[in-house]
Amino acid sequence: MTKRRSVLLAACAATMAMTVAACGGSAPEKTTKDGFAQAAQTDGTVTVWVDATRVAAAKQYQELHPEAKLDIVTYDGDANGSNYLQTKVQLFNRTGKGWPDVVFSSQNNEVTWAVDAGFAAPLDKGLIPAATLGGFAKGANDVCTVNGTVHCLRNDLSQAVLWYNAPLMKQFGYTVPKTWEEYQKLGEKVAAEHPGYLVGDAGDSFSPEIYLWASKCGANHITGPKSVEVNTTGENCTKMANLMDGLIKNKSMSISGVFSTEFAKNEADKVLLMPGPAWFGGAVFKDTLKTASKTIAVAPIPQWQGETSPATGNVGGGTWLLSQHSTNLKAATDFLTWVTTDNAYQGEKSPGFPAYAPAAENWLKAQGTAGYFVGDLGALKEGSSQVWPGWGSGQFSQEAIWAATVKPGLTQGQTIASLLPAWQDAIVKHAQSFGYKVNS
Amino acid sequence: MSVTSSPAGPGRRPRGAGQGWAGPAFVAGYTILLVAFGVLPIGYAVYFAFTDAGGTFTGFANFVGTAQDFRFLDAVGHVAVYLLFWLVSLVVFVVALALLLHRLASGPVSRTLRFLYYIPGALAGAASVLVWLFMLDPTVSPVRSLLSGMGFDTFGQVIAPGNLAVLFTIIAFWTGAGGWIVVMYGALNNIPQDVLEAARIDGAGAWKTAWHVQIPMLRKWIVYMVILAFAGGVQLFVEPQLLSLASVGVAGRDYSLNQLTYDFAFQMNNINGAAAVSVELLVVSASVAGFFVARSGFFDAD
Repeated sequence: MTKRRSVLLAACAATMAMTVAACGGSAPEKTTKDGFAQAAQTDGTVTVWVDATRVAAAKQYQELHPEAKLDIVTYDGDANGSNYLQTKVQLFNRTGKGWPDVVFSSQNNEVTWAVDAGFAAPLDKGLIPAATLGGFAKGANDVCTVNGTVHCLRNDLSQAVLWYNAPLMKQFGYTVPKTWEEYQKLGEKVAAEHPGYLVGDAGDSFSPEIYLWASKCGANHITGPKSVEVNTTGENCTKMANLMDGLIKNKSMSISGVFSTEFAKNEADKVLLMPGPAWFGGAVFKDTLKTASKTIAVAPIPQWQGETSPATGNVGGGTWLLSQHSTNLKAATDFLTWVTTDNAYQGEKSPGFPAYAPAAENWLKAQGTAGYFVGDLGALKEGSSQVWPGWGSGQFSQEAIWAATVKPGLTQGQTIASLLPAWQDAIVKHAQSFGYKVNS
Repeated sequence: MSVTSSPAGPGRRPRGAGQGWAGPAFVAGYTILLVAFGVLPIGYAVYFAFTDAGGTFTGFANFVGTAQDFRFLDAVGHVAVYLLFWLVSLVVFVVALALLLHRLASGPVSRTLRFLYYIPGALAGAASVLVWLFMLDPTVSPVRSLLSGMGFDTFGQVIAPGNLAVLFTIIAFWTGAGGWIVVMYGALNNIPQDVLEAARIDGAGAWKTAWHVQIPMLRKWIVYMVILAFAGGVQLFVEPQLLSLASVGVAGRDYSLNQLTYDFAFQMNNINGAAAVSVELLVVSASVAGFFVARSGFFDAD
């Protein structure tokens, strides 16, 4: 029986070896340049994977560069942590072909696996000039940096700010809160004087990144490539959790989630204030909630009284990756550089706050001219360099953990403060399952 | 990936001269496809399950490693509860509805019912789950009043972790049971009229006829349904995965063992661990199928 089994195993192994060999073909010659082993270069088509929003960027590049041979493929951009890119790259790694040359991802933690998988090319070893890299906002490419090497370029920043309905605030006679204490008092006032109106929403999987990150809660301090510090029960966490619990209880903070059908149907016109990332302006207020023009204004995210350094969270922001397997690195790099830095897209058309500083300047001016928002968007610029560095982008998804651990409890009427230990436990277990060394 | 055998046994007539080639010829195409897309991938998975990423033999390390993952036992529990709900409801309701359909035989009502039962089965799995996501969201659901009568006002309340096994059972029943009702109805039609008439002459009413005559004669079909439903149920994936995406993670992407397998393979880059869990699922499904086949006399000639 044992013999028969080993014969079977050997047969399977042989089949597999033949399959892999057949799929892989003979290995092409590689040259080490720009910090990695490059495939033989041709001037073939550059395959670009983008999400629906970024199709416009790729098409614009094609229009401006008619000579470029571009194959634009739309995918989900890994939205909601779908892992589509990772899934496909692992399959391509097995078959030895199929990788896209340039990819947009809406996830900040994409390089945490893409470097290990031998997919993301190093960009600061010759492909992208240091001057270009230096133009990105401070810390913008931190999420792209692994062991000191930059492996992706940030598309947009997603610093959290305080969005508010300017005409409604004026009508109610309220002033915009500068501290979390003022914010809490305002929430209590709104609940008493204008029940139904909202000062925020805590129903999204990225809510901890808006509120708890801005409170410097140490839930996700990535201290090395495979080590993380987790402490969700420190004072910085509990005081924000208590603040949120109070406002959820008096119903001035929603737990629906800004993209839920409930929110769009019942609460779209009830938003008085809303802490949220830079992209809320376009993606939430303008496109999803259809808030009228000249209504929404932006202020800095509140700080706790007595805080010396401002801190804000960072909710997503896309990245662009270049494939190590590209056979047309010149064209692929040209597209990558254009799409992340050129004013034609980033400075004028990008829906989010550009990570490339000169484009961001242009973008702010363009937003002012477009006239959708009330007042200037200076708070966004301020916030762009105030992201608290105590949270990182690990391989495990903080959003998924919060969604599965805290959100069901919230729906059933439990408080965030009471769920903090369970949140901690889930983060620790997920991190460990990815091989992280956890300090808590 | 079910490994159940076709219920079609060998012909009842003894094989005559010149017919020797017919049987093998008929099954040849099936056998080739079975080997190419069933047996070889299984062999490949078994090879992966006992090796590491570099192809070195690791014994049971992948099985031990994945079983020690903090999500593994939870997933086993979820699938077990779901299977209990799903199989019991399937057997009870499918048989009951088929008998009911048979009682109403030959009228236009029967034809309409058969058509209605069949419709959900004709929808692709993912599409029917999407229909259910729409049904379960009180904000947009056409049965909103029913949901709010049960105390559900938001999508989050409906998909609370404690409700998931019931929800997946309802979805699976809706998508899968119609086809089985039609199959059972066909099997009921195959019961000779004289047998039923004899029962009636002996004084058996509808209930007694069903319990003592029809259900025993449906036994093999019920076993067949249970085997396939078990193999499908163990591999629960589409329903929780889509619900997880729709709820932005609230429903959890590691609810079922198959989802965990997917996570191992494509999120944690542990294809070998994923293969180990897949092999476990295969062994469980094949063992249960074997048990039912042996106990029910599934292949006994009439």
